[in-house]
Amino acid sequence: MHKESAIREPLILGHKTYHDITDDVCKPIEDKAPKMWYVLFTIAAIIGLYGVGTILYLLGTGIGVWGLNKTVGWAWDITNFVWWVGIGHAGTLISAVLLLFRQKWRMAINRSAEAMTIFAVFMAGLFPLIHMGRIWMAYWVLPLPNQFGSLWVNFNSPLLWDVFAISTYLSVSVVFWYIGLIPDFATLRDRVKNPLSKKMYTLMAFGWSGRAKHWNRFELVSLVLAGVATPLVFSVHSIVSFDFATSVIPGWHTTIFPPYFVAGAVFSGFAMVQTLMLVMRKAMHLEAYIHTRHVEYMNIVIMVTGSIVGVAYLTELFVSWYSGVEYESYAFINRFSGPYWWAYWSMMTCNVISPQLMWFKKLRRSLLFTFIISIVVNIGMWFERFVIIVTSIHRDYLPSSWSMFYPTHIDIGIFVGTIGLFFVFFLLFARFFPVLPLNELKTILKSSGESYKNQSDDHAHGHESNNH
Amino acid sequence: MADKVLYAMYDDDDVLKDGAKKLVAKGVRIAEVFSPFPIHGIDPIIGVKQTRLGIMSFIYGLTGLTLATIGMRYFMIDDWPMNIGGKPNGTYLENMLAFIPITFEFTVLCAAHGMSITYLLRNKTLPGMKADNPDPRTTDDKFVMELRLSENAQFSEDELQAMLKETGIIELDQKELK
Repeated sequence: MHKESAIREPLILGHKTYHDITDDVCKPIEDKAPKMWYVLFTIAAIIGLYGVGTILYLLGTGIGVWGLNKTVGWAWDITNFVWWVGIGHAGTLISAVLLLFRQKWRMAINRSAEAMTIFAVFMAGLFPLIHMGRIWMAYWVLPLPNQFGSLWVNFNSPLLWDVFAISTYLSVSVVFWYIGLIPDFATLRDRVKNPLSKKMYTLMAFGWSGRAKHWNRFELVSLVLAGVATPLVFSVHSIVSFDFATSVIPGWHTTIFPPYFVAGAVFSGFAMVQTLMLVMRKAMHLEAYIHTRHVEYMNIVIMVTGSIVGVAYLTELFVSWYSGVEYESYAFINRFSGPYWWAYWSMMTCNVISPQLMWFKKLRRSLLFTFIISIVVNIGMWFERFVIIVTSIHRDYLPSSWSMFYPTHIDIGIFVGTIGLFFVFFLLFARFFPVLPLNELKTILKSSGESYKNQSDDHAHGHESNNH
Repeated sequence: MADKVLYAMYDDDDVLKDGAKKLVAKGVRIAEVFSPFPIHGIDPIIGVKQTRLGIMSFIYGLTGLTLATIGMRYFMIDDWPMNIGGKPNGTYLENMLAFIPITFEFTVLCAAHGMSITYLLRNKTLPGMKADNPDPRTTDDKFVMELRLSENAQFSEDELQAMLKETGIIELDQKELK
């Protein structure tokens, strides 16, 4: 059996039994939803519907309703796409990479982080789709035989790599998430009284019975999925960065983009997990499972990835000067002192300075401070993508075509709308799905639960000697 | 074939595991264990072999790798070679660097989905399937060991029950199988 040092803070606080874990996670699902849930859901749904409306308007009219112009051909659309994909990186990182590293603390957060991943990647996927203008032609990105010859898609293009990367990432994340959910749906199926809920959970539990052989397969499948999802996480954002890095635009044509984007993605993803978890643990009374120790670990990840991102920013600046290429130098001088200086310096403040505050133990263990920083980081990461995309192209080689980007209300509506839709999905998830992985938490109760850890050593040894 | 099944319920995974070890040492065959979470170390005791799904996943991955390679070679080299910006595609090897990302993604796609589908089929856990755990509490905090009389012919039913009771069970149930 897994043994944990006695001086480590327990992962599950309070004197919980297996049954308490089931109760604590299932209660919010079985009880009536609190008023606040309806309030939040309504707000999110209204914002989401507004977003859907603006998307429909865009599809009916054409992408000319965005504020794009001849010089700035990519702006908020791709910024939002990269921002959402980045947020979507924490879930699989937490569940796959941390599983491989046997980090048990991930169990408190992986289920909802994966849900967040899936919803964020949904939102991300929307942007390239609507960017096509004629969304009904979206299947043209697939290599399907057609009446043009067959004329195939261009497999040399990073934009096509993105199609494969994002769709693989989304579908593998959904499968990974659902396979973990099956046993927990079975728990709900065997508990709920309401006949409709029982029917739904019976359907979703796929007839899971918890046989020893099934658990044997379950553990292996989780491990192998984690194994293949780990390089997948890193590849997806690397490929997103290729969209820019393989171009010849000064400011985009940078070999450090892949690691820099991956670090940025983990950085923003963890920040979003913090934002959601800090609210969720309070609202659903999960303080015993998601507590200061978890928040502190995530803050350390934020601090490390934030520092990597900071180093990348400075490296970019240095290399643009050191390269001696005047176009490259100008792109960066323009970034921090041109008309978009405010975006650059917001990005620098939010992403480089704010995570450094996490060096102080008091601050990184403060929940309120964490909550504020998590939002600051996500604002900063949005600006990062905006700065990379817009400031690199708004002043190109020909000064007569220099221009600025001004978002229209459709740009704003679609962006805000995706935030609304994201919360609609997340609130539905929190209402009807087990937000903590019951079966996984129960496996660590004896090694990391407070009551078991505090048992005197001779007591624990009695159990230990009988185990392998 | 008529058979009788004994369901012994425990409220702790370690007690069940110790009990299983003692029973197996006496020559009892344990047909199945139902638990709310994986009990580590139970598989060798009750004779559950390590799954071969990992090998399957590798084979699915290789299939994906092959399909992606053949596909891109056909699309980009044989069927419609593109000349983009004066840069012809050339041979597969010359062009392969650009194919690596999709080859990788497609390998992962096939490995992950192939294995997951096989997993669901082998478990017989599919939408609409009926669960057969003997007690609804086995998905919460109880652990059930299943013994079949037909598999333990050298013991009488009473002997089995007596042996089970020594292992710290909290409930004992039985069912006739038709």
